[in-house]
Amino acid sequence: MDLDALTGCLASSACLVTQGTSGFIIGMLLFLVAVGLTLIFGVLKVVNFTHGAFYMFGAYFAMTTYQLSGSFALAMLCGAAGTAILGLVFERVFMSRVYGGDVLMQLLVCYAFVLIFDDVVRLFWGPEFKAMGMPTAFQVPPLFIVGGVVPPYYLLLIGVALGVAAILGLGLASTRIGKVIRAAAHNPSMVSALGINTGLIYGSVFALGGSLAGLAGALAAPVRSLTPGMGFSVLIESFIVTVIGGMGSILGALIGALLIGLIRSFGSLGFPLFTDGLMYLFMVIVLVARPTGLFGKEVA
Amino acid sequence: MTELQAESARERVVEPLSVPRLDKKPQRSRSLDLLIALAAFTVLAALPFLFSSKALLDFVIRCSAFGLFATSLNLLVGYTGMISFGHGMFFGLGAYGFALIMQRTGLPIPVAFICTLLFTTVVASVIGAICVRLKEIYFAFVTLAFQMLIHSVILSWVSLTGGDQGLRGGIPRPVFLGVDLSNYVHLYIASCALLVIGLMLMRQIAQSPFGYTLRMIRDNAVRASFIGIDVWRAKLTIFVLAALFASTGGMIMSLFVSGAYPEFAFWTISGEGIFINMLGGVTTFLGPIVGTVLLLILNDTVTRLTEYYGIVLGIVILFFAIGLRKGLMDFAVEWYQARRDAHGPGTMTRPRGGSGNSTEVAG
Repeated sequence: MDLDALTGCLASSACLVTQGTSGFIIGMLLFLVAVGLTLIFGVLKVVNFTHGAFYMFGAYFAMTTYQLSGSFALAMLCGAAGTAILGLVFERVFMSRVYGGDVLMQLLVCYAFVLIFDDVVRLFWGPEFKAMGMPTAFQVPPLFIVGGVVPPYYLLLIGVALGVAAILGLGLASTRIGKVIRAAAHNPSMVSALGINTGLIYGSVFALGGSLAGLAGALAAPVRSLTPGMGFSVLIESFIVTVIGGMGSILGALIGALLIGLIRSFGSLGFPLFTDGLMYLFMVIVLVARPTGLFGKEVA
Repeated sequence: MTELQAESARERVVEPLSVPRLDKKPQRSRSLDLLIALAAFTVLAALPFLFSSKALLDFVIRCSAFGLFATSLNLLVGYTGMISFGHGMFFGLGAYGFALIMQRTGLPIPVAFICTLLFTTVVASVIGAICVRLKEIYFAFVTLAFQMLIHSVILSWVSLTGGDQGLRGGIPRPVFLGVDLSNYVHLYIASCALLVIGLMLMRQIAQSPFGYTLRMIRDNAVRASFIGIDVWRAKLTIFVLAALFASTGGMIMSLFVSGAYPEFAFWTISGEGIFINMLGGVTTFLGPIVGTVLLLILNDTVTRLTEYYGIVLGIVILFFAIGLRKGLMDFAVEWYQARRDAHGPGTMTRPRGGSGNSTEVAG
């Protein structure tokens, strides 16, 4: 424990900015993964236990595209689009068989795919740590904001995540497709009776959720190292985020992700060995106080 | 969410409860259980004198460790309907707790055994008190989160646990009442004894009135609470009891490998536990044991053939989860029932629960 470092940091604006931004980007990446998880849960009522694998595939797709083409934008696109296709196929071929059944079956199918996906990555990209490297466009000196260091890439990351949050929030609230999705979440058989293909909606929501995780992986690829199994800790963290924020709530995912991000970045100063522990502790406190999460709806 | 739950609740209400038949049967089945257990122990204990293969003994010891773990998980999954995806944490806790107590204090083995169980009880009560209130999928994932918490504590507390290298240096095994666990045959017999005793105790729990309370909670928790059962307390009790047996499995494992490794507390152990239950079948008491034997054979064969173990295991899991949708013992029970129904027309009307002893359907 190193409380002096924590109080020292809280007193200096430079450290506040540096740690705050790093907490922000952890939070934003987590938000992208968690919002996909929460969206899939909200509509399909399954917890996509393979969600971490989509994050992993996003990162690997982006790395390979970037190495082949040298274009950062194309790499991000491939990361998101590749995982979207993967999500669609996975949902239609496998997950759709275990809806409404036992949670046990859903967990098992997902468990099988976590094992398979990790090994597939090992097969194609090898078991060792990989690095994508920072794209040349962002290899510029960091910005100094009130004395704190902020790499420009972080700004892009935060911008993209906030943009996704805004588009998703508005899209679900006011577009026709958003309304159909919300209706399908509420009562799928009624939506289906009105002549709307619910299978298509389920597939697309799963693809959308998967591609958000893939996008998070692609955005994280320049700043994190890539390894098979990298998705699992992200899955656990984003699950904690959705538990804190409330399953099915986009705003909850955003707030939960930011809280976890800040806890991680400031916690690593004060409690370097217990950073993970802090996160779980926070989850437990929220669960005991509000079992449905901060923004979850009360279940009747 | 509410819609789906309302629907499943409605389905459950119409499902008939399997009411325990409290006539003469329990007494008879108890002595039969004891006989089967004794016979099984005799056979297992005779193995080292019949075969000189060390690989066979290794295999049985690993089966004991994982069998206790998987059967205890079935108490939660199959009997109470609590799908824990973090049960492996107690396996890891047992292994680390026992190994650490033996290394640091040099207490006699049975004392260290009891201390580890006490330690597990405390941890399981705290975690259980937080988790058992939660609904299915929340319960699964919050238990998983706790498992990862314990795993990360083991990894980061290097001075105590040895971090990612695992707990090394072997486990001292002082001789107690002539039992010397550094002798391989003694270790083997002790593991078998723990397995058989553990299974007997779990069978007692499953067949007791408390066991039938658990089945009732699984089938309809609301009705159970209306007739005055404290659902939270019953769930917490079985959560802690199951943790104790999982911890015993972990202790056998730590003796077998002479140490403890972070993988014992990793989430894949819980995943394997769930899969073992699926493979063997959750509707029979011995299903998880059958599943354990199958998974370990599969494990050993696949790791010998390929390094891409995950792909093969994943495909096998998919085959069972999507293709068969049941475990092997479930098939055996159905086949047996169908055959008996074909031969004796009178047996058709008997309740589902009365289909024989070791293969009795749990619900």
